[in-house]
Amino acid sequence: MAEYKKPTTEAEFNKNFKQKNPLMNDTEAYYEASRCLFCYDAPCIQACPTSIDIPLFIKQIHTDNVTGASKTIFDSNWLGNACGIVCPTGVLCEGACVYNHQDVPPIQIGRLQNYATNKTIDADKVIFKVGEPTGKKIAIIGAGPAGIACACEARTLGYEVDIFEAKEKPSGLTVYGIAPYKITNEEVLKEVDYLQKQLDFKIKYNTKINSKEELSSLEKKYDAIFMGVGLGKTRELGLEGENKENVIGAVEFVEELRMKHHKLKVPKNVVILGGGNTAMDAASEVARMGARKTVLAYRNSKEKMGAYGFEYDLAISAGVDSLFNVTPIAIKGDKKVEGVRFAKTEMVDGKLKTNINNTFIVRCDMVIMATGQAKQGHLYDLIDDLEIDEKTRIKTNDEFQTSNPKYFAGGDAINGGAEVVNAAYDGKMAAQGIHQWLTK
Amino acid sequence: MIDLSINFGGIKAPNPFWLASAPPTNSGYQIMKAFEAGWGGAVWKTLGVPVVNVSSRYGSVNYRNTKMMGFNNIELITDRPLADNLREIEEVKKYFPDHAIIASLMVESRAEWEQIIKDVENAGADGIELNFGCPHGMCERGMGSAVGQNPEVLKTIVGWVKEAANIPVITKLTPNVSEIVVPGLAAFQGGTDSISLINTIKSIVGIDLETYAPYPIVDGKGTNGGYCGPAVKPIAMNMLKDLAQHPEIGKVPLSGIGGIETWRDVVEFILLGATSVQVCTAVMHYGFGIVREMEAGLIQFMEDKGYNTIYDFAGKALPNVTEWKHLNLKHKVVAEINPDKCIGCELCYISCDDGAHQAISLSDDPLNRIPSIIEENCVGCNLCSLVCPVEDCITMVQKDDGTEHTTWNERTLNDDIPVTFDDDRAGGKGHYVPKPTDALKSKR
Repeated sequence: MAEYKKPTTEAEFNKNFKQKNPLMNDTEAYYEASRCLFCYDAPCIQACPTSIDIPLFIKQIHTDNVTGASKTIFDSNWLGNACGIVCPTGVLCEGACVYNHQDVPPIQIGRLQNYATNKTIDADKVIFKVGEPTGKKIAIIGAGPAGIACACEARTLGYEVDIFEAKEKPSGLTVYGIAPYKITNEEVLKEVDYLQKQLDFKIKYNTKINSKEELSSLEKKYDAIFMGVGLGKTRELGLEGENKENVIGAVEFVEELRMKHHKLKVPKNVVILGGGNTAMDAASEVARMGARKTVLAYRNSKEKMGAYGFEYDLAISAGVDSLFNVTPIAIKGDKKVEGVRFAKTEMVDGKLKTNINNTFIVRCDMVIMATGQAKQGHLYDLIDDLEIDEKTRIKTNDEFQTSNPKYFAGGDAINGGAEVVNAAYDGKMAAQGIHQWLTK
Repeated sequence: MIDLSINFGGIKAPNPFWLASAPPTNSGYQIMKAFEAGWGGAVWKTLGVPVVNVSSRYGSVNYRNTKMMGFNNIELITDRPLADNLREIEEVKKYFPDHAIIASLMVESRAEWEQIIKDVENAGADGIELNFGCPHGMCERGMGSAVGQNPEVLKTIVGWVKEAANIPVITKLTPNVSEIVVPGLAAFQGGTDSISLINTIKSIVGIDLETYAPYPIVDGKGTNGGYCGPAVKPIAMNMLKDLAQHPEIGKVPLSGIGGIETWRDVVEFILLGATSVQVCTAVMHYGFGIVREMEAGLIQFMEDKGYNTIYDFAGKALPNVTEWKHLNLKHKVVAEINPDKCIGCELCYISCDDGAHQAISLSDDPLNRIPSIIEENCVGCNLCSLVCPVEDCITMVQKDDGTEHTTWNERTLNDDIPVTFDDDRAGGKGHYVPKPTDALKSKR
């Protein structure tokens, strides 16, 4: 179990948040690439949400055609570099590698992918072409992975593209919401920069689309609108004491950390509520920020957690303690948080029951709620005829078109929260959907 | 008790591991180091006329993560003064009297041959090896492979040398000929005591994609070099077999050269009739210490098989190497996939479907990645078992009962040559071949 000292400088921060998937050097990439079997109908391709021709790009790396490898990657996934780093490859491509059946370590596909794309991005190699102008324009709301992918694809199809982004940086959760030991801001931003330079789409930052008037104006000026709006703030639980000082949403915590690094103040004792991947990220980050005690609390059993096993292991290895079958019933303290009162839970007839008679208090100075993000429902209400499902997700057809034909959507807004790679796929396919619709 | 010592056509050595005439045998320092490391003999880097070498001399072929799978050089014979070499031969012999030092020689006129033979004999060399193989530089001056490729000249020079020499003579052959038996027979008829082969093969190992010059590059240009290393072993073994099976040439001892690196290579060369082996590339890659693995492996093999000397198994594979016409046409093997071992790469499927006989099918269930053999279509070609990355997952199983035996030779003698394509075995009559347009149907 790792013990982390509180980081006081950027160097110390970087040491604590050492990259989980560091860049390969040429030799490592060459040797790793040489192991690929070039399977027929390769399971890794099937496991990739964007169906990258993985055996091909690995063979291209091995024959020192790195530009070709990058082209193979970007042709399927506009965020090939970020995905190579942040994808949960263990449950996707690498999890499907046939070597797993032979008790041989799978090919490190993510790192090889990152090796190729990173080299191409650093060399600023031009590999994309803007399409023949169609004279039509697309507005994209949100410069997250879905929006960026949609913009890139639309540009290659010959559309004018403007992206409207509420924040001051592109890439959405890739830059604001992913644990800093998985990817650095520089890596994310340089990929978007690289794409933008070649494909020439515009991003209007600090431009939140928030009113009926703004939407009507977009509808008038643009031929189609893509909504890559992601999710909103952490959902409130309606818990007693939820509004006390030092009670913070996980998404908001990670965002602050990504922007402030070692300057972010993390107190000694921290409780994280939740059992998803975001909870694991937040817990791991708190521990790496030098908290003395980091406690992860989940209302159900370990097996029921939504988080991937490797994410949980990563948090535990960073020094996080965990409590299972406990549910918070109140946040204690005067003005500031002083502790959380939990009640024990148990499964009765397939239902989780809270035993209000069996409670205890965990003392802490901060509570991080990783209990899910709210949807952007207020925005959806402003769009005519936009159908959403019971979980406030935008409904789309196979072409990513919503019930209001002018609007397309993708990413977390339609799936309720998934991986960067899923958003990248949605964005790309939505652009093709828009193209089909506009050329019908 | 295992005894690795050999008497190779009159040259005695404590073991059959010799260094081939090449850069590792350029000096007394290197050869002393090699003998210390365990080598039993060394063929000194070729002595002869003064030469001038170029800078940038070696090129290599890397395959996957293996460096120097193939290797070539454009270096000439020794460029060190003859007197220095002779003095060092004498010195090494003092320290290692029981190890074999063979002087490789290459000169032009009869008088030169006679002089240099006298010189190396005086220095204490145990034998002479005639370099009739070098395929670059020296051949342009009428030596090396220029001799090896001309049987009459070769025979004449071997004759001169045999007349002048009091120590055993090995003739080293070039593989850059269409029939190795021709120069082999010339050497035999010239009276050589033994033969070594192969020298290097004319080659271009690669082209630089920036300058368009072949490797190794000398100031923007290159030339064909001599190819060696693991890549040439199959060619060397076939030529060794040709000589070993020859009724006359097979009478003289043969020293095997060509891509030998491990004990397995050594055993294979001995099984094909070699009674000494010569190594160069493996040493240039890993140093003299590589001999430890060869020696330990050879001893283990001999212990396991109950052999005392290498002569107990030398040539034992030769009766099994025959001509195609003597192979049993009734023998039938079929591939079998072990589903418990299969990892689902489907390389067997695609290699068979695209590259061989369309005898493997995939399941209709995309989750089941274990292919099946279509037994009636399997011709027993081995391809699937060769591409399979898992040890013992695909095996070739014998299907005939071993009672029938017919060869092409027998059929020819019985006037039973087919006039129609009606062989009932797989691949012949009844072999299912998909229609050309089936190629356009998407499978998976």
